[in-house]
Amino acid sequence: MNIEEKQQEIIDEFTIYDDWMEKYEYIIELGKELETIDPTKKTDDRLIEGCQSRVWLNTDVQEGKMRFTADSDAIITKGIIGLLIRVLNNETPETVAKTDLHFINDIGLQEHLSPTRANGLLSMVNRMKMDALKASMKSTK
Amino acid sequence: MADSITKPFNVREIREQFPALRQTIYGKNLIYFDNGATSQKPQVVIDAINRYYSKDNANIHRGVHYMSQKATGEFEEARKTIQVYLNAKKSEEIIFTKGTTDSINLVAFSFGELLSSGDEILISAMEHHSNIVPWQMLCERKNLKLRVAPINSKGELIIDEFDKLLNNKTKLVSIIHISNTLGTINPVKDLIKKAHSVGAKVLIDGAQSIQHLKIDVRDLDCDFYTFSSHKVFGPTGIGVLYGKEAVLDSMPPYQGGGDMISKVTFERTTYNELPHKFEAGTPHIAGGICLGEAIRFLSSQNLNAIQKHEKYLADYAQDMLDTFEGVRIIGEAKEKTSVVSFIVNKIHPFDIGTLLDKQGVAVRTGHHCTQPLMDFFKIPGTVRASFAFYNTKEEIETFIAAVEKSISILK
Repeated sequence: MNIEEKQQEIIDEFTIYDDWMEKYEYIIELGKELETIDPTKKTDDRLIEGCQSRVWLNTDVQEGKMRFTADSDAIITKGIIGLLIRVLNNETPETVAKTDLHFINDIGLQEHLSPTRANGLLSMVNRMKMDALKASMKSTK
Repeated sequence: MADSITKPFNVREIREQFPALRQTIYGKNLIYFDNGATSQKPQVVIDAINRYYSKDNANIHRGVHYMSQKATGEFEEARKTIQVYLNAKKSEEIIFTKGTTDSINLVAFSFGELLSSGDEILISAMEHHSNIVPWQMLCERKNLKLRVAPINSKGELIIDEFDKLLNNKTKLVSIIHISNTLGTINPVKDLIKKAHSVGAKVLIDGAQSIQHLKIDVRDLDCDFYTFSSHKVFGPTGIGVLYGKEAVLDSMPPYQGGGDMISKVTFERTTYNELPHKFEAGTPHIAGGICLGEAIRFLSSQNLNAIQKHEKYLADYAQDMLDTFEGVRIIGEAKEKTSVVSFIVNKIHPFDIGTLLDKQGVAVRTGHHCTQPLMDFFKIPGTVRASFAFYNTKEEIETFIAAVEKSISILK
């Protein structure tokens, strides 16, 4: 499945929820299931301080593919992290750096990636893309 | 005034005057419980904004023409309305600012100029960042010492500790009247008396008090009192610094520019009289006029009945929340206004706030610009519901059900 198909799959999953609370219940379930970051890697340099919630992001590149793990102190933030990781993990650095994550808008969660929400998610996405960009520059050297 | 005291309290009638309350969000009736952040505006204030820009818009204090004189008259009339409402001695003691933060920065800069190395400023542990950071900046600039009076676990100022910190080096006590996070009402009248006994001046941060309590600056005897228009049913971008005339006269100007001068030459400039000395540039004219309208609106209300109603709402909400397992109320002062801050065991405030929003309830989550206070309680933040006189018991019931539902999903 390519990255576009992964985004489309999530959009399709969310079409069955016509109520905001159901949608959030699903996100919360995803948050509870998220494979979190190795506790020894929850260090300050991996911390993204938001005004509302905090996010830790660990980036690895294995066999030319991006492998992100992340955690947050807020469960809804964790659920959205789960969706982002599902889309971005195992993709090449080039793909991660250039992909427009339109599914967030399409499922109505854009408010969580707005600069005013300050939950650390926007900074996390920016850091994921920056890490991918660095990795792609390294691989072309 | 007699009318307003005897006027019966009818929340339905009051709500009708606030158009923003009549809307649905996410298909639910809006329940607005973020009044501590900003209040909604009554129709009379909205009409005044419209009227000003439709008919009266002109620059003030310098035009010979009809519209300028009319706008000047209305702006100065608003100043008088505020003077009378606060019971200030003179309208010159009412300085228009951008809001509470701006007012405090003005005092920190200008009053701060009168202070010297080793002098002390005393604040409390429950201050908003806007009543901490300007003093830290001043302390750095002038080599002063910032002292912080501690609070107890209920969120009340420890008076004995406050007394111990007061000394003849204390030049200014700057204290929040009502805590935006906890709702605690500080005994400011007593604190002012104590501060004056060591020769210190006192600033009262009234951002959360003017909309709930009757403020009489002469009875309080405070040297400064600050508030923001938008928290008291007026527009954003305007606020007030009240200062005693003698204290304001002793202070140098804050910002330079038009309107604040008496005569300018390249060699020397002399400054204008109060209040203009502190109002450089074109002020927020519409804001000032409409704040006057908001204060007139407030003074036409029955404040005693409002206080009773708000207390009833807050007590009811707090009692209901207290019955939930794992809920901890943050801020249980004996003297408290209509704010209920709480956390739920093992659930982040952001998650509760997000789910309440989707159920139509607007609350505030986070540290409420009081990070040191969050550190004191060892929590990342709270969920804060802050009520105004247009809120109802039915809204509290819906809110409580929404909290219950949120907890059950998040657990």
